[in-house]
Amino acid sequence: MTALAQRFLASELFHNYRRNASAIIGSLIVLFFAGMITIGPWVVAQDPYDVAQLELLDSFKPPVWLEGGSPQYWLGTDGQGRDVLASIVYGSRISLFIGLTAMIGSCLIGTTLGLLAGFYGGRLDSVIMRIADIQLSFPSVLTALFLMSAFGTGVEKVLIALISVGWVVYARTVRGSTLRETQKEYIQAARVSGLPNAKIILRHVLPNVLTPLIVVATIQVGTFVLIEASLSFLGVGVPITKPSLGLLIKNGFDVLFSGLWWISVFPGLFIMLIVFGINLLGDFLRDELNPRLK
Amino acid sequence: MNEAARIPVAQPAPLLSVRNLRTWFHTFGGVVKAVDGVSFDVAPGEILGLVGESGGGKSMVGFSIMGLIDPPGRIEAGEIVFEGEDLARLDEARMRRVRGKRVAMIFQDPMTALNPLYTIGNQLEEMLKLHTDLPSARRRERAIEMLREVGIPQPESRLDNYPHQFSGGMRQRVVIAISMIARPRLLIADEPTTALDVTIQAQLLRLMKHQVTQNAASLILITHDLAAVSQMADRIVVLYCGRIVEKGRAADVIERPRHHYTRGLLDSIPHHDKAQARLRQIPGSVPDIRKLPPGCAFAPRCPAAQDICRRVEPELVETATGQAAACHFPIEAIR
Repeated sequence: MTALAQRFLASELFHNYRRNASAIIGSLIVLFFAGMITIGPWVVAQDPYDVAQLELLDSFKPPVWLEGGSPQYWLGTDGQGRDVLASIVYGSRISLFIGLTAMIGSCLIGTTLGLLAGFYGGRLDSVIMRIADIQLSFPSVLTALFLMSAFGTGVEKVLIALISVGWVVYARTVRGSTLRETQKEYIQAARVSGLPNAKIILRHVLPNVLTPLIVVATIQVGTFVLIEASLSFLGVGVPITKPSLGLLIKNGFDVLFSGLWWISVFPGLFIMLIVFGINLLGDFLRDELNPRLK
Repeated sequence: MNEAARIPVAQPAPLLSVRNLRTWFHTFGGVVKAVDGVSFDVAPGEILGLVGESGGGKSMVGFSIMGLIDPPGRIEAGEIVFEGEDLARLDEARMRRVRGKRVAMIFQDPMTALNPLYTIGNQLEEMLKLHTDLPSARRRERAIEMLREVGIPQPESRLDNYPHQFSGGMRQRVVIAISMIARPRLLIADEPTTALDVTIQAQLLRLMKHQVTQNAASLILITHDLAAVSQMADRIVVLYCGRIVEKGRAADVIERPRHHYTRGLLDSIPHHDKAQARLRQIPGSVPDIRKLPPGCAFAPRCPAAQDICRRVEPELVETATGQAAACHFPIEAIR
């Protein structure tokens, strides 16, 4: 394990990382959110979904630095007396859970289909890629919105909607790399050595097409957080009992123009922050892992 | 008629006998007859040179034997009898037990012939895992032994190296080691030295010959390099546009070519001992294989072509010495 750590510290990737300010900022933001969704609930004072802990008298408190703010609620409270900071911590968990799970699901499905399409070609390839093309010709928020109105709301339905728009990018990336790799002679060599196709795909093709996926997957988590926020804001996302960051914005939106801006604005800032951090990290990885940009 | 005129010397049963092989590709632009009625034998322990220009269908002969013709290509007709079994009729599962274990194949480009993500030991042992039941400790020993045989220094430590840590020539040695480790009866080498420096080509050809003879295996050497073949091969088959234009014992074909195409190929090899003002070349280029002329495919480029060559396809005619040429006006031996 230490040998592996030493190899990482000596690697070109780490060397360039240390000299890249935006990569460091991006990874710090991502680390911050990772900490927030893992230990956050034990740090904040209140569970915003435990009605017993809510104090209706504390409703609509402004952030602590404003007139009437209370040190108990740093970022203020909403109409039910829920701590905005605590809501954000719990909401980030839901947003990121959805973003990560949908990314993993899309990655598994898209990679499998891309490998099959690229390796076998022919009719299978045409069918998979035409479906992907159709999928791509609609904006993903629109497709997801359409699916959600058909399915109804719910976390698992958001996941289904996100995965059905998200697999395409993996399928296309993997198919492209698979086509390139199968031209190489080591795949031919694996075939002439009598290896069955399933083993060739898993042992020889898959590991060689994974690198570009790291970039796609990273950036996609950010995209998914945004799409989920849009869906929830439009009222077709997660249920009210499990508010994500997007739903928090919607909840405060009604009173936004009455001067009670903090209920919407802070969740919005956190969405911006997480997507910003993920994209910084994704850009760094893209520059590092894409041989064409070197 | 050529069957009747075989050399009257008793020959051992061939290891591989390709009979009237036709491998065609059905593309939008028409049918590509990559291999069109090719027949040849490979005797046990023999080295056969399969020669021709690029696009001549040489590689497709190799892939047909391995059963790896991908759609839109197909073996339309013919037999590929290997150790008494017709490979063209084997199903995929049984064919997989032939590949690598009984017939191995190596390719041109040593830079991409090894998977960059696995150590070479890993890749050598994969072959053993697939085709033998050696326990894992013995597999490692065998891999080291094999690397030593192909001339890799310090095989014990090199086993755990990745392909990028080897030079091109060394990689091709590793490729040869992988192909021979399961002790196949037949090795098909498709342009094995084309991508290498001239200085190491001869070394590797010699190594391949040594490996093959040591294992009493046969070798089909597919190449455009007649010079390489002339030093290595026992017999030579010359392909042009998917058809055999000449075949025979290596010495005969090299010293007394009967087909004008073979002659053209030989003339385009530089000779350092002959003071030559300018190297001769074959005029024109390989025709579009989808639109072959009706007669002899070589007629448009042939210095001796007559009317009949453009109308009637010549048959492969065998002489008393076992040399055969498909030509209406073969070059007669002057010497």
